[in-house]
Amino acid sequence: MLKLENISFTVPCATGGRTILQGMNLDVPEGKIVVVTGPNGGGKSTLAKLIAGIETPTSGRILLDGADITAKSITERSRLGIGYAFQQPVRFKGVRVLDLLRLAAKKPLDVDEACKYLAAVGLCAQDYVEREVNSSLSGGELKRIEIATVFAKASKVSIFDEPEAGIDLWSFQSLIAVFKEMRHEIKGGSIMIISHQERILNIADEIVVLKDGGIFKQGPRAAVLPMLVGTPLAVGGCPKGGQGRSGKC
Amino acid sequence: MLNLDNVQKALLKELTGVADFLKGAFNVRANGASALRQSTDSIRIVPKKDCEGFDIFIAPETEGERVHIPVVMTKSGMKETVYNDFHIGEGADIAIVAGCGIHNCGGDDSQHDGVHRFWIGKDAKVKYVEKHVGAGDGKGRRILNPVTEVHQEEGSVLEMEMTQIRGVDDTTRTTTADLAAGARLVVRERLLTGGKERALSAYTVNLDGKGASADIVSRGVAQGESFQRLDVRIVGNAPCTGHTECDSIIMDKGRIVAVPALEANDTDAALVHEAAIGKIAGDQLVKLMTLGLTEQEAETEIINGFLK
Ligand SMILES: Nc1ncnc2c1ncn2[C@@H]1O[C@H](COP(=O)(O)OP(=O)(O)O)[C@@H](O)[C@H]1O
Ligand SMILES: [Mg+2]
Repeated sequence: MLKLENISFTVPCATGGRTILQGMNLDVPEGKIVVVTGPNGGGKSTLAKLIAGIETPTSGRILLDGADITAKSITERSRLGIGYAFQQPVRFKGVRVLDLLRLAAKKPLDVDEACKYLAAVGLCAQDYVEREVNSSLSGGELKRIEIATVFAKASKVSIFDEPEAGIDLWSFQSLIAVFKEMRHEIKGGSIMIISHQERILNIADEIVVLKDGGIFKQGPRAAVLPMLVGTPLAVGGCPKGGQGRSGKC
Repeated sequence: MLNLDNVQKALLKELTGVADFLKGAFNVRANGASALRQSTDSIRIVPKKDCEGFDIFIAPETEGERVHIPVVMTKSGMKETVYNDFHIGEGADIAIVAGCGIHNCGGDDSQHDGVHRFWIGKDAKVKYVEKHVGAGDGKGRRILNPVTEVHQEEGSVLEMEMTQIRGVDDTTRTTTADLAAGARLVVRERLLTGGKERALSAYTVNLDGKGASADIVSRGVAQGESFQRLDVRIVGNAPCTGHTECDSIIMDKGRIVAVPALEANDTDAALVHEAAIGKIAGDQLVKLMTLGLTEQEAETEIINGFLK
């Protein structure tokens, strides 16, 4: 379904001049959950932004259902079926939770429908639909609303960037339930989750370990997970953060 | 019904938002004359003797009524100053809907300067909504200079909602208020300017009585080559609380000056101001684009939300 071919990403000299991803190949098969893990600074969010079209690769191709989408804009990719829940969700003054859900779902939503998505992320819809997505929301609330909008968007490929951040233990179960429900509701849809959490790694069909701008390990959960358990890769990454590979300036 | 042409009727509809305003008290002013007027048992609208305008008397304890005082101007080259004085009795709880719509198709400037004065009695609650609409493609400019003067007695509450969404070439709005003990003033101003429009708005709020409070929030968007200037001055003369927030988005070659000022003349005056001016945040646009909106659509959605 989603395929990355030999993707490299180097930031220009003016902004650091480093290679953040190098020669990445990745396959996100139809209907599967792929969990991307690895140390902080390893390029996971960059990978998500490249897929969503927020960043453009220096070289390589991105294919969706066999079609080359490398040159497509953010908007076009979204319409073709890519959803992305940001690691750091954005706040908007005056834009309500209901507005975001409606924009994501691409149709007028009544409170009952909006309720379904909010309930899935453990928020009581009545309290939230009319709320503004502004600084009155806590980080955890914002994060859950972000997840709800990507759920409502019902994309072919939905990417979640560290969805567990800021989410308390109680809602952890419901977070995992969201992914299961999405898998059930979006026929053939794939889910890519960037996460350090073992409980999320546990629902993966495939696990990708990203380190220093390249794929360190990749394979079915049964093969990769045992190698990760107990290593820093699965629980928040190396303390100093990956430095990436320095590019030539 | 009314002796108005279609353009006037359309402006009127946009100003009042409702067709059934004719049930309550109202005065419709069209091209410099009172086109229609109606008082009710508790709201009397009386023409002034020595100048243009009205005294509007609202009986004490009047509850749930509305007063509509729309002004429409469709004749190019008109210039008028109108005085409306609102005398609001103790304990009343009412809404006043004012507004000015100018449709200028001609080559001469049209100008309406409305002076609104409010005397709000003890414990009265007033919601004041004012809307400005400009239209017409003539060369003549549309000019509005509203002056609002507010006197609030003890425990009274005034909520002002003021909106001007494009179409007015030049506005200078002056608002002054003085508040007695326990009185509260809430202002929500929304302003969108474009082209070469110019909008100035200046507030002076005197918190004179113990426990008086003011909350003044203005949001502006300046597009094209338009210019906005906002001056908000809150003066605390007693133990009181005042808050002002000026929040603006600039686009294209728009310019905005925001000048919040606080003056405390009492150690227990708690006054706060916040002001922020910036372009639309890039990550807001990106977020909405990832939901499938074009950059244009994202911009519109963000601005509509911001000005809501
Ligand atoms: N546009 C950019 N310009 C400069 N550096 C960047 C840019 N995007 C990402 N980086 C850097 O690339 C590295 C990888 O970042 P990121 O993808 O956020 O990693 P992760 O999500 O795995 O923690 C970091 O060191 C980050 O500072
Ligand atoms: Mg990241």
